[in-house]
Amino acid sequence: MVKQGSQTVAKRGWLREFQGFPRNESSVIPLLQLVQEREGFIPPEAVRAISRYTGVSEAQVYGVATFYAQFRFQPRGKHLIRLCQGTACHVQGADVILDHLKEKLGVKEGETTKDGLFTLEVVRCLGCCSLAPVMMIDNETYGRLDRRTVDKVLSSYQKEEG
Amino acid sequence: MSRIAEVQVGLASCGIAAGAEPVFQYLAKTLASKKVRVKPVGCLGMCFSEPLVALVTEDGERFVYGPVDVTKAERIIKEHVLGGTPVEDLLAKEDGFFSKQVRIVLENCGEIDPTSIDEYMARGGYQALRRVLKEMTPQEVIEEISKSGLRGRGGAGFPTGTKWAFAAKEKDPVKFVVCNADEGDPGAFMDRSVLEGDPHRVIEGMIIAGYAIGAQEGIVYVRAEYPLAVKRVRQAISAAEARGFLGRNILGSSFSFRITVKEGAGAFVCGEETALIASVEGKRGMPRRRPPYPAQSGLWGHPTVINNVETLANVPWIIRNGWEAFARYGTEKSKGTKVFALAGKVKHSGLVEIPMGLTLGELVLEVGGGIPGGRAFKAVQIGGPSGGCLPASLSHVPVDYESLKEHGAIMGSGGLIVMDEETCMVEVARFFLDFTQKESCGKCTFCRVGTKRMLEILTRIVEGKGTLGDLDVLMDLGQKIKSHSLCGLGQTAPNPVLTTLRYFQEEYEAHVKEKRCPAKVCRALLTYAIEPDLCRDCKLCTKACPVEAIKQGPGKFQVIQEEKCIRCGRCREVCPFGAVSVR
Repeated sequence: MVKQGSQTVAKRGWLREFQGFPRNESSVIPLLQLVQEREGFIPPEAVRAISRYTGVSEAQVYGVATFYAQFRFQPRGKHLIRLCQGTACHVQGADVILDHLKEKLGVKEGETTKDGLFTLEVVRCLGCCSLAPVMMIDNETYGRLDRRTVDKVLSSYQKEEG
Repeated sequence: MSRIAEVQVGLASCGIAAGAEPVFQYLAKTLASKKVRVKPVGCLGMCFSEPLVALVTEDGERFVYGPVDVTKAERIIKEHVLGGTPVEDLLAKEDGFFSKQVRIVLENCGEIDPTSIDEYMARGGYQALRRVLKEMTPQEVIEEISKSGLRGRGGAGFPTGTKWAFAAKEKDPVKFVVCNADEGDPGAFMDRSVLEGDPHRVIEGMIIAGYAIGAQEGIVYVRAEYPLAVKRVRQAISAAEARGFLGRNILGSSFSFRITVKEGAGAFVCGEETALIASVEGKRGMPRRRPPYPAQSGLWGHPTVINNVETLANVPWIIRNGWEAFARYGTEKSKGTKVFALAGKVKHSGLVEIPMGLTLGELVLEVGGGIPGGRAFKAVQIGGPSGGCLPASLSHVPVDYESLKEHGAIMGSGGLIVMDEETCMVEVARFFLDFTQKESCGKCTFCRVGTKRMLEILTRIVEGKGTLGDLDVLMDLGQKIKSHSLCGLGQTAPNPVLTTLRYFQEEYEAHVKEKRCPAKVCRALLTYAIEPDLCRDCKLCTKACPVEAIKQGPGKFQVIQEEKCIRCGRCREVCPFGAVSVR
């Protein structure tokens, strides 16, 4: 599980967190990954810190961060839904599931629900093609989905919240 | 009946997703007192029967059960493990799944515990490395690989021995070996399965490559979306270090080699060699011009050999068994085997390894078991978004690099999606282009803008707004993008469109001329209607309709108001009488 907004890291300062990584360009992506793992997203102050640590300009760090699909610049919801839109899932009707999720949650791809419970993302292939269509919520995988099973899964997370 | 010595549970990502974890826990707990070893293994290949449990007798006989849940596991323990009689009705039905397969890369996958270096070694693991270091010069290693005819399994098919020879020739004292595990094709999971199920084989292949070209450092570039594979590779590296297969003066020789792991950050283009190098260096993953080739000037300007996971996984086998044994399989120019991830509309979706030269028909209909539900086999998409759609009428085409290329597809990394009559080829082409268009790095104009224009046209066609002239534009643009792009992404991106235009032109024309989707997939072209004779007036459809488009008809049946209908198909899903038709 990704811990969100851990204030302690921000207070201690990112530079100390980065100790041990080589102080050059090759560390930019591993450091972005480290930040995202801790915070759930890439806050601007972390970009500044990575720039200072590696000697790569802030603009370039942003350039790299925005190039790769993995990095997010907004905090994400408590649970991350990753719906697979790989080929196998697509031919087994994943777009119906996507429309259903959007409608149920009232969000578009990449957005977070108003209650902050779910963020909906679309990914290309989770590699479980024989279970298509598939989605992952955090680290749990759900396969052979249809609208009904999606509803069941979502409500189990909603119930957890009480 | 000999005693059951071992129980294996397939615990690769897909097994876990199918629910193998609780089965494993249950078996481990229940059999702890019975002196039967319960161990996790990687992918057994038969994903269609997941979760899978294999029982191995003391004589080495194997019984594979699947799909297994806890209740079934209880029966298997009672009747087979303790009772000694196989539970016939729970055995996984393989129906010819294995009959045409040859397992080289997957020889251990699904049979050994991937976290145990001892199990790998018990099956001949690291013997190839030992032999290479004690008996062979780097030159001899390269010759052995060249003679075997091994070609790049990432898709392009460049001869591996030649690539190694280029790098070996360079005088630079610093060289690198990179294992490309950035498996980005949607619908492909071969590399993940090998890394999760038999990671040491890839590590051994990398060390041998390092020795052959004179490198001191290896990097595994693996997708971050594969957390289990990342973990297994890291474990394997530490285990190999602890045994002296990695580090300084390996096995008492003068050769030193170390391996680190780099996680990719989600960019399909990074599967391309020069983009991958840029990414490892910490830059945006954009390809550059070649030459110089990475084997001459790669990472930080040093000679770098980049090999795909499957390519490297072949290496220890070739050294152990000799090039002749490897070259026995395959066709004149494509030797050995190829691993495919079979998925889509096929009975036996799963991981298969076939000798090169098997025909597409044998692969889909025999190994794959054909199409479920008695529907007709229509096409295969081979090679992922860079590959092409080949129609069922080309079932006789052998799977080898040249034959596939001749028909407009590519071998690709091994994704193979089967399509039946309910798959719309225009829509599939649009899907692939949507993927490559989003993944285009933006460097070359034709790839960046051209794929966007093609996507717009295809979107128009599936929405019923296409014209006949659009088809010519698609063809023309497709060819120009292929010839005016720097890297493999752009050079192959139009393939799905060009092949479907070539083999399924009538389907495009139906969309354009008649505004009709023959496969009944493209929503904008469908009309839903309720057959009054079949309708029992239960009103389930009316309740399910999200836009209140269904109302009471003149009599005891419901009707759909076409102007309100959004063609979501929910009424058809819920109707217990099959009264909702679609045209």
